[in-house]
Amino acid sequence: MTGGEMSAAEMGAGALGAADMRAGEKLPPLEIPVTRTLVVAGAIASRDYQDVHHDAELARQKGSPDIFMNILTTNGLVGRYITDHFGPAAELRKVAIRLGAPNYPGDTMVLTGTIEEVDGDTATVRVVGDNGIGRHVTGTVTVALPVSAPSAGSDLDLGPAPAPDPLNDPPGAAT
Amino acid sequence: MTDELGARLKAYEGQDAAVAAEGKDPVNAPMIRHWCEAMGDTNPAYEGPDAKAPPTMLQVWTMGGLSGYAGGRTQAYDELLALLDEAGYTSVVATDCEQEYVRPLRPGDEITFDSVIESVSELKTTKLGTGYFVTTRMDIRVGPHLAGTHRFRILKYAPTRRRRQQKPALRPRPVVNRDNAGFWEGIEHHRLLIQHCTTCDTLRFPWLPGCNNCGGPDWTPVEASGDGTVYSYVVMHHPPFPAFDPPYAVALVELAEGVRMISNVVGVPYDKVRIGLPVRLEFQSYDDELVLPVFRALEEAG
Repeated sequence: MTGGEMSAAEMGAGALGAADMRAGEKLPPLEIPVTRTLVVAGAIASRDYQDVHHDAELARQKGSPDIFMNILTTNGLVGRYITDHFGPAAELRKVAIRLGAPNYPGDTMVLTGTIEEVDGDTATVRVVGDNGIGRHVTGTVTVALPVSAPSAGSDLDLGPAPAPDPLNDPPGAAT
Repeated sequence: MTDELGARLKAYEGQDAAVAAEGKDPVNAPMIRHWCEAMGDTNPAYEGPDAKAPPTMLQVWTMGGLSGYAGGRTQAYDELLALLDEAGYTSVVATDCEQEYVRPLRPGDEITFDSVIESVSELKTTKLGTGYFVTTRMDIRVGPHLAGTHRFRILKYAPTRRRRQQKPALRPRPVVNRDNAGFWEGIEHHRLLIQHCTTCDTLRFPWLPGCNNCGGPDWTPVEASGDGTVYSYVVMHHPPFPAFDPPYAVALVELAEGVRMISNVVGVPYDKVRIGLPVRLEFQSYDDELVLPVFRALEEAG
């Protein structure tokens, strides 16, 4: 794991609750070194054997300077960016992405996010991933967070978010 | 101009791309772990007895993998892609992915999916090349329950040729300065000019500001007859330079007037160039601006 990255585990389970989401809030950026290994591992883990994602020679024959990251990997990284930030209790509802400048090996992609809207327990986050040659991805993620203190006897989080629980959400825990 | 191909492609809108197709593997912990390892995703929600699959893996469970798709795929989608291939739109790149997650997938879930060709765009010109965007929408189910929807857009395109390939590289330009400007003016008028020292009556080449025999600064130009012989040569194999096509012979040609100059020998294969080969001056045009003196072999060397 590279410096500056924080995994969900390191952030602590349930670090954030619905009451911690504020429209306009910016998520800390996440730097993804685009290694050849990541491009190939992502393609194979997503069962995508298109040669342009693992064979540089054939990629060049098709007019690409090198292999490049597949869309499923970008999708997975965007999802990870959101759940890393909001914690393992966060549930992705929608991920919509559009690709631009390809992620070639040796580049670095920096994911940034801004909370655009908060509606009850659900937030819409605008995500952008820039690399050395331009904008790799723009996207919108809808994510739901459980209310901070689930009420006993109900496993539905349809009700309005209660006030933050000072025990579970000490001031400064949600940054 | 009407787009006949476009009209044929449009006919596929609304057609099924897959009906009740089955995932090749049930949702399973090893594939989830491999995915998480690749993504660097350490979310504990994806591990342990209550594990769910990362929602963004939705499409993964529908992939054909190395051995291709299992049953359930219709001909329509393959036909559509084949039409595009035949028309020269052979490259493909995914541009958009929109997923909605309705219920989590967990190890053991066996998915089925239905897919429809939602739209085919008009012919579009992009940075990559011109082509058509094809959008499909897929519903992924476990039993009767909808697990998620997946809208996917690809661009099928004819790659734009690189500028380098469109425009052949140009030969390097000669460095023209006040000492040799007269020589290049002569070349422009298809005359090969040699300097003649008026002090010591010696010819000199290449052009110099003073005589390399007596140091005298005064000279007059003399036009070469154009006859010569190969005094020496090398064959250039490597490295290749833009605008040059190795192997080629670089010759030191002795002109009838007695001075020698470096040039190319043309009209004979590189491996037939020999010392003593008689040659005749020619002016070869390489592009709109560049004319160079070269020497054509006068007899087929043995």
